[in-house]
Amino acid sequence: MARIDLVDLAHSYGGNDAAQESFALKPVTMTWRQGGAYALLGPSGCGKTTLLNVISGIITPSRGKILFDGKDITPLSTQKRNIAQVFQFPVIYDTMTVGENLAFPLKNRGVPKADIDKRVTQIGRLLDLEPYLNRKATRLTADAKQKISLGRGLVRNDVAAVLFDEPLTVIDPELKWQLRSKLKALHRELDLTMIYVTHDQTEALTFADTVVVMHDGRVVQSGTPAELFDKPAHTFVGYFIGSPGMNILPAEVRGREARIDGHVIALNRSYDHLPAGAKIEIGVRPEFVDVVAPAPGLLTSKIDRIDDLGRIRFARVRVGDAKLAARAPGGFTSSDGSAGLKFDPSHVHVYADSLLVEGAV
Amino acid sequence: MDKTINQKAWFLVLPVFLVVAFSAVIPLMTVVNYSMQDTFGNNQFFWNGVGWFKELLDPSTDLGGRFLASLGRNLFFSLVILAIEVPLGIVIALSMPREGWTVAACLVILALPLLIPWNVVGTIWQIFGRPDIGLLGYTLNSLGINYNYVSNEIDAWVTVIVMDVWHWTSLVALLCYAGLKSIPDAYYQAAQIDGASRWAVFTAIQLPKMNRVLLIAVLLRFMDSFMIYTEPFVVTGGGPGNSTTFVSIELVKIALGQFDLGKAAALSLVYNLIILIVCWVFYTVMTNAGVERKTQAEKEPAAELKPAGALQPAHALQPKEGVA
Repeated sequence: MARIDLVDLAHSYGGNDAAQESFALKPVTMTWRQGGAYALLGPSGCGKTTLLNVISGIITPSRGKILFDGKDITPLSTQKRNIAQVFQFPVIYDTMTVGENLAFPLKNRGVPKADIDKRVTQIGRLLDLEPYLNRKATRLTADAKQKISLGRGLVRNDVAAVLFDEPLTVIDPELKWQLRSKLKALHRELDLTMIYVTHDQTEALTFADTVVVMHDGRVVQSGTPAELFDKPAHTFVGYFIGSPGMNILPAEVRGREARIDGHVIALNRSYDHLPAGAKIEIGVRPEFVDVVAPAPGLLTSKIDRIDDLGRIRFARVRVGDAKLAARAPGGFTSSDGSAGLKFDPSHVHVYADSLLVEGAV
Repeated sequence: MDKTINQKAWFLVLPVFLVVAFSAVIPLMTVVNYSMQDTFGNNQFFWNGVGWFKELLDPSTDLGGRFLASLGRNLFFSLVILAIEVPLGIVIALSMPREGWTVAACLVILALPLLIPWNVVGTIWQIFGRPDIGLLGYTLNSLGINYNYVSNEIDAWVTVIVMDVWHWTSLVALLCYAGLKSIPDAYYQAAQIDGASRWAVFTAIQLPKMNRVLLIAVLLRFMDSFMIYTEPFVVTGGGPGNSTTFVSIELVKIALGQFDLGKAAALSLVYNLIILIVCWVFYTVMTNAGVERKTQAEKEPAAELKPAGALQPAHALQPKEGVA
């Protein structure tokens, strides 16, 4: 168990001399606290698995250091690192029983037999595998096999962290929910640091206390699910988290006003010192934009369609070339296909070159 | 739905029927016919019933003695080369590189012996081992080892076995290599994380994952070595004495050397039967191994593993072979 510090860590599959832009993992410095539940979230190819493999030691980073409790473990091999990892596909040792599979990591480390049995029984019970401990592991279904893989990750109590690399990919949707809540319960019970890699925002947001969003090899934001939703630090986070994602519109911002197509949208804060020459955009979540009957002073848009999601309706609208999603209040209809857009000023954010700009109150 | 009846369709089957008849059924029946008769040449035949078969299985007769002795030699030969080629093939496959240009180089070098025709392999070793002009034979003799495969039985056996190992270990190695390549990287990474030793990786991951290809390798090598003819015939001609006379060599001697068609036919039928039985046993074992795994997965109450009361879609209970 340990605090994990990443210090200026970077990795390129093309070697250290490759251009910075081509790095699979661009320099990152961050701290993972002991006992936390973290999710690494991002689309395929964003570098999240690379980061995970660097932490577990499967990949040696091109640059930077990894510290476990302040001790540099970068040159250590995977075996010596005290890391457990669960992979995307279940890894089962075919010739062994379920119990032997769970005991394997302990046996390899020379743990006394009595301790192994105790720990295997405990983990077996936590994962509902107890009645199957003496059964051959090959005969089970994919989700049972993945439970065994999870169990092998959890069975060692000396690990610095347990890493999960999209472990629920092969599991059917409703079992996913069960296993995910199981993991969450295990996290509380075993007090282990868990790092969970996924491209599924629901999975990340339900599992983790802290979600780390990655994009193009960079960590773009790290925060609680609420922070990511309310205040995306990067337009990518706004767009990637939330369904539908955040509306991003090019705008001219001066003081407490944003100007789109000549229409003025009020802002809650004042933005007087925006970087010159930067691409300025405003971002607002669909939940904070309402379509209403067209009225003077409101931005007018054309309605493409209205999606009824049951609890809520979202209108897909167009302002000039820009496409937006906005909440359609119950009872809203449009006779001529046009609608006014009403923004909630406290939830309109300003971005310069994709990065959030904090306005002055 | 009504079946369309069209008797002309038989004409479509006829060519295959004729080909099979001429290539398999008629020759086989001819052999069965010969095996029941005796001949003194001149196309004169006499009925002998199951006489040849009785003689064949009776070690006290000349025919039976020769057959059973060569069968014993053949089985011993097969066992020896399997005991050498299978472990050696695994070791070679394990030590082969996983990526880079060296993979292609290794594959080409390994495949070379497989590309050489049987009788050329025999000729190569026949000359290679000669004490007067052969590189191997001359070197061994000048080192003070009295090596001569023409006069010494053990030398002849060693030569034939080494030749077969040289010729066929590549096949086992290539099959094992294919089996190893199909193991996903995650297994090795998981083993690394689980702190497994090299030996544990071999016994817990590599060997179990290779068992299918190993079964095929054993089957192929057994059948092939059991039917071996050309290579030992070219090198030793079955000698010295009868020490390297395998069943097929004995068969050719009787059929073409002595022109004893009846005896040869009986022998070849029994020989054929042995190969068929071995084939069948292997086939059953192999398919059963697969079936057993599947039915077990279906029969096992896998659903119990999930908390009771949870709604399960039917497909969730099916074993998923692909991800297993």
